[in-house]
Formats: sequence, C-alpha cells, structure tokens
Amino acid sequence: MLKRTPLFTAHQKLGGKLVEFGGWEMPVQYTSITDEHLAVRQAAGIFDISHMGEVTVSGSGAAAFLNSILTNDIRKLAPGEGQYTLMGNERGGVIDDLYAYRLSGEVFFLVINASRIEPDVAWLQAQAAKFSSELKLTDASHNYAAVAVQGPRVREFIETCIPGESSSAMRVGRVTELKKNEIAGFHFEHGSMLVSRTGYTGEDGFEIVGSDEAIRHVWDALLAAGQPFGIKPCGLGARDTLRTEVCYPLYGHELDEQTTPIEAGLGFFVAFDKGEFNGRSILAEQKAKGVKKKLIAFKMTGKSAPPRPHYPIWVNGANAGVVTSGTQSPSLGIGIGMGYVPAELAKPDTKIEIEIRGKRFAAVVVSKPIYKKPSP
Amino acid sequence: MSNIPSDLKYTKSHEWVRVSGDTATVGITDHAQHELTDIVFVELPDVGRKVKAGEACAVVESVKTASDIYSPVSGEILEANRLVVDDPALVNSEPHDSGWFYKIKLSHPAELNALLSPEDYKKQIGG
Repeated sequence: MLKRTPLFTAHQKLGGKLVEFGGWEMPVQYTSITDEHLAVRQAAGIFDISHMGEVTVSGSGAAAFLNSILTNDIRKLAPGEGQYTLMGNERGGVIDDLYAYRLSGEVFFLVINASRIEPDVAWLQAQAAKFSSELKLTDASHNYAAVAVQGPRVREFIETCIPGESSSAMRVGRVTELKKNEIAGFHFEHGSMLVSRTGYTGEDGFEIVGSDEAIRHVWDALLAAGQPFGIKPCGLGARDTLRTEVCYPLYGHELDEQTTPIEAGLGFFVAFDKGEFNGRSILAEQKAKGVKKKLIAFKMTGKSAPPRPHYPIWVNGANAGVVTSGTQSPSLGIGIGMGYVPAELAKPDTKIEIEIRGKRFAAVVVSKPIYKKPSP
Repeated sequence: MSNIPSDLKYTKSHEWVRVSGDTATVGITDHAQHELTDIVFVELPDVGRKVKAGEACAVVESVKTASDIYSPVSGEILEANRLVVDDPALVNSEPHDSGWFYKIKLSHPAELNALLSPEDYKKQIGG
C-alpha cells in the first residue's frame, strides 16, 4: 500500500496524475511538466513535499555530534540559520544529502530525502550510540507534512498566507524578511509552521513544514493568494526538470554510498577545518590529489531525443561514463543532463557524445548550473 | 474527454489506423498524447523498412519519458511524417491529422479485423 500525503485529495481535485515515488503516491504533473516548470521560472509554483523526512537532534552534545557526522560546519549556523550538508560513511560515500537548521542553541532540525529516511535514521542512531554526550534524536517524519512554494513572484503574496512576525528560530517581523537559508517558526490559527527560505528549483522561494492540518490549510491559502500572480500546482516532474537545470543533485542519481561529495563537485559543502568527521581523510586526500571520476553537466548540441539516466557517455570514441540525470530542458528547449566521467574529461567545452538507443549524439560539457537566471 | 474519430481503428497500446485501399496511416491517439503531454521528440521508422504487427517501430518522447510505438499492422513503411519530427508538438495539437507518424503498405490486410473499433477503444480508456 502506497503512502498518501495529507494533500492527496487536493491533488485528485486538481487533476494531478499520481504515480509511485519512493513508496508514496505523488503527483508527477497536473497539466504539463513544461507549463509547471515555466510557471516556477516566471511566476510561482507550489509543490507537495510531505514525503520528505524530518529529524530533530537536541541535547548538550548535538552540535558536536552533527559536526562529527555531517560534512559542512554546523558551528557556522546561528539560531534560525540552515545549510546544505552531506552525511557520509567512513569511505567518504554519501548516505544522504540534507538541510540542517539550528532552531536554537542545541536544537537542530534535519530535512532528509524521502527514500533515505530509514537508512538515515538507522545510521544516525548507530552513530549516536557511539557518542558520549547527552543527545536526543527523533524521527519526526510522520508528524510533518510540507510544501515548497517557489518562483520570483512568491514574495509578493506569501505574507497574506503566513502573516505576522515569527515566534521562534530566526526572529523576523514578516516572513519575507527571511534571508536565503534562514528558518523561522510562525503561529497561526491552524497550528504552527516552520518556514525556511530554501528550495530545490534555483528560484527564490520558501519551504513550509507543519502538521497535516496546517499544511492542508496553507496549500489552499497559497494557491488562492497566488492565483493573480500565476501560481500553478507543480508535480515531481517539474521538480526534477527544475533541479536538473540548476544541477542540484538527486540522491540515487548523482549521489550514493559509493560516490563522494568531492566527486560530485560538492567540495564547497565539506569543511575540512572543523576537525574530525566521518570520511574526512578520504575526502581530504581526494581534494589534495584529485578524483578519478567527476560529475559533469552537459548540453546536447544538435537535434536528438532527450538524454535520460543510464544512457552511456562517450568521449573520443570510447565509453567514458553514464548519464545520471537527463531531460529536455523546458527553459532552454534542448536536451541537458549530468553524469560521471573520468576527471580529465570533465572540463567545460569538452566534446562528448550521448548514446541514445544505439546511436551517438553530440553534446558538450558545460559549467554548472546549466540554466543561469537572466540578470534582471 | 478524449476525441475518438469514428473513421479510425485502434490498438490497446493507443495507436490509430486510417485505411485507404492497401495502405494505412498510423498515429497515436488523442488519449495517448494527452497522457504523454509535452511531446518533445519523435523518432520514426525508415522508409522501406518492413515491420510486423506489434513490433516497436517508432519512439515518442515527452519531457518525462520515452515510449515505444507499436505498429498496429504488418507491412512496408511508405512514408514517415517529417512534420512531426521537425515539430513534435503537432502530435499534441493534431494527433489524428497532421500529427500522423507513418504510412504503411499492408502485407496482411486481415490484421485490420483484429483492431479495436472506436466504441471498443472508448471502453478501454474508460471514456
């Protein structure tokens, strides 16, 4: 039996096409992936992300514990601030990529991938058992639903749905005062919510976590308030094309337990100066000596079918790697993707070929992100 | 509500067939294009290729997925529609008209009897 989010009925009413995703029954699209994608780039879109997992970590040793198991430096976070970070094993492989927020002194909130909730929680518990300081670890995934509201016009209407000043984490007079990666708690008549200025689309926007009732209410409120601004409900299809255009990794595609953050081009989120953490020596060696494989972004240069995950990548007539994510880019109107190749072939402008149904088509390595927002 | 023209025959895999003498025109149904949405690429069989009924002989790709198109009938490909190769969105806008895929010379016309009537196809898609 597939799990359903509290917005399931809302998706049905909106004509969402529901598919299985990581054990959940989720909308892949409502009208068209292209239309939903372009709404987020140009105006606003709202996504059900209730399938995501949430874990709270608190206690006097919480920061030290998280700094020993995550790659980024949690000490950089003031209360109300968050960061993208990775949880790795001793070999430097990625168990999950996540957002870590400091809600207050030693209270942290982790937002993890739906497909990774079980392995993450098992890993966190095993690591916590080895840790001596006081630590409270709670898998709160079942308690929370969530939506992401994304796009350049969201700031124009979100205040009508999340009015007033914040009551916890980052103290702001209004929700739009939150800066990128900041998080704050807001009370309203249907409960309380955590609102962060984050997203997975490359656009300005917010992610909102709360009880089932609060999220059902805020979903309806945002759709209504955003209507004059062109908001569209968006499915996982647009979520995937949006994140691919801006080269955000997706666990199970660009990231897995055999791939390190350095290979994935995420060295920016690995803090070597914070002391010991899982996988540090391997990651430091890769950073110093270089990696064997490296994640590239590419564009198709001629007419072809869209690249898809698992298609072979060829360079100089030799099989050089495999596509991890690929799609037709709704913003650019061409095929785009990411994939791993030997590091010496990963430079931008390198000519490559993507094998599609037995034929090879020209592509070129490009710098990330593939889609760059036009300057205003 | 899908458009199901009464002068066509249909397959369970959502292709349509328009018969004219010993040749047939093949495309995908309005229901299929609606389910696929955002068609961005069409790959058609080469002229002269001999295909069997049920054989995968074309590919249609939406933003999300690639789908095989199965020939409803056996025969030799006479013509492939360049228009949909150049402008795949035609399959979305005119699936039964300028969005056709290929013309085929029937080698086993009796196969036509096994295809679905508009009424049967309508039942199949729950229309």
